Amino acid sequence: MNLIKFLDEFTTESLNKKGASRRDAFNTLSSLGKKAAIAAVPFGMAAGANKAKAATMYQENDVVGALQLALTLEYLEAEFYMKALDSGVLGNSPRAEAIYQQISKHEDAHVALLQGALGSNSVDSPEFDFTVQGTFDPFMEDANTTQETAYAQLLALAQAFEDTGVRAYKGQAGNVMTDAGVLTTALQIHSVEARHTSEIRRLRGLDGWITLAERGMGMPEATQPVYNGEDNLMQGGVDVSTLGNGEPFTAEASSQAYDEILTGDEATTIASLFIVE
Amino acid sequence: MKNKNVKVENFVSKKGNKRRQFLKMSGLAIAGSGLILSCSDDDDFTEPAPEPDPDTFDLGGGDLGVLNYAYALEQLEADFYTKVVNGSYWSGAAMEEKQILEDLYNHEVNHREFFKAALNANFDAEVVLPESLEFDFSSVDFSDRDSVLETAQLLEDTGVKAYNGAGKIIETAAYLVIAGKIVSVEARHAAAIRSIRGNDMNDFKLFAGDDIVDEATGLDGAEDPSVIINAAGGFIVTPFTANELP
Repeated sequence: MNLIKFLDEFTTESLNKKGASRRDAFNTLSSLGKKAAIAAVPFGMAAGANKAKAATMYQENDVVGALQLALTLEYLEAEFYMKALDSGVLGNSPRAEAIYQQISKHEDAHVALLQGALGSNSVDSPEFDFTVQGTFDPFMEDANTTQETAYAQLLALAQAFEDTGVRAYKGQAGNVMTDAGVLTTALQIHSVEARHTSEIRRLRGLDGWITLAERGMGMPEATQPVYNGEDNLMQGGVDVSTLGNGEPFTAEASSQAYDEILTGDEATTIASLFIVE
Repeated sequence: MKNKNVKVENFVSKKGNKRRQFLKMSGLAIAGSGLILSCSDDDDFTEPAPEPDPDTFDLGGGDLGVLNYAYALEQLEADFYTKVVNGSYWSGAAMEEKQILEDLYNHEVNHREFFKAALNANFDAEVVLPESLEFDFSSVDFSDRDSVLETAQLLEDTGVKAYNGAGKIIETAAYLVIAGKIVSVEARHAAAIRSIRGNDMNDFKLFAGDDIVDEATGLDGAEDPSVIINAAGGFIVTPFTANELP
């Protein structure tokens, strides 16, 4: 039922009506704080600007562009989990294997859902390089890589992809809010990505939530852009560590309680690391 | 999903019958006002819709309604975790579980205080939901691990569905983004609690189990406020209505 409703939103007319939505989103941003000063919130995709590798594929229509970005990220995740399960690297951990199977099932479903929704506006899957030109070997393709190393990289990459997915979907919310059906579906994917990352993080021995801008123990420095900005404490113009009458909230707990967005450009830049031109 | 719902219903109704009845009535009031709107010339009613009670707080509509609604849900969650961290299960819990529940307590109290601040900064006091809603957690045994974790899972999963369903009602992009910042944290919570429970029973997929994430679409739940308020009714003592929300 969700799928059909979702597809119904994608008539040509409904897509053509969305032109003004980004400007509207920017205008309404300023109405949040009647008394409180508004924090500067980076927002949405800067269409056409800063052409990162994959960005040129996306249309400038807000809803279509947002879904094309989402589809690209889902392609990345779906292929990653499929290869992870095929690699045998998870073979020693029934828990890890079960977790990857469940996530893989969801990412495949997200790809199919978004392809169906986009129809002829669907983008093709890029060619991915999960080794980042030989920096990583998560699938243990090189005989010199130990299973332990491959396993650690496989988990670290999953965490980076899932935390990126959560932030990227959130960053597109304003671009799809003109279309209630698309928005609801995007939110329903977004929270599943958050469930995934919570579990991957816990599998890695971390908390399910992000503290300040910490990428967490054992995460390669290259993944830091996924976490930059997560230490933000200003929500709607309010410093959330100062709220309430009781003992003050720590900055750590206050940052954990809110996930932050990535703009389309930021998400694209992160994904581009793994995309072969 | 079916199984989980049935279980939850039984669980909630065990001791909360009175509350459930109240909330069912308010659910009826919501359905009733919808009928009036859609067929006001139709006099085939067998039961007249109840008059709105001027003494009962209504959440309102649009952004105000959604913020009040979120404030009510965060009050519910914060009250629950306040009782958890003051209960005997928590004080004797294993370190990991203790830390997780303390984190959840901090996050939910922060969310509650955020909505209080945001509402009072942007709306007149008389349309802001009162800050001390009363809740009934007599159905929860705070000395019992299973009871606490099962309720935590129910509340977090419900929070996710609630925010996912409320997004479309939000009119202002900045509020939508903040709701997004919160809902993903609720989903992280839900998965962590489910993960603990799943590991107990060797069900390593429970963090995003087929009972909560649709297998065919990979989608989480999304429910309208009327559905959520009805489902949470077993815990809610202070009456309020949501006549202007779907």
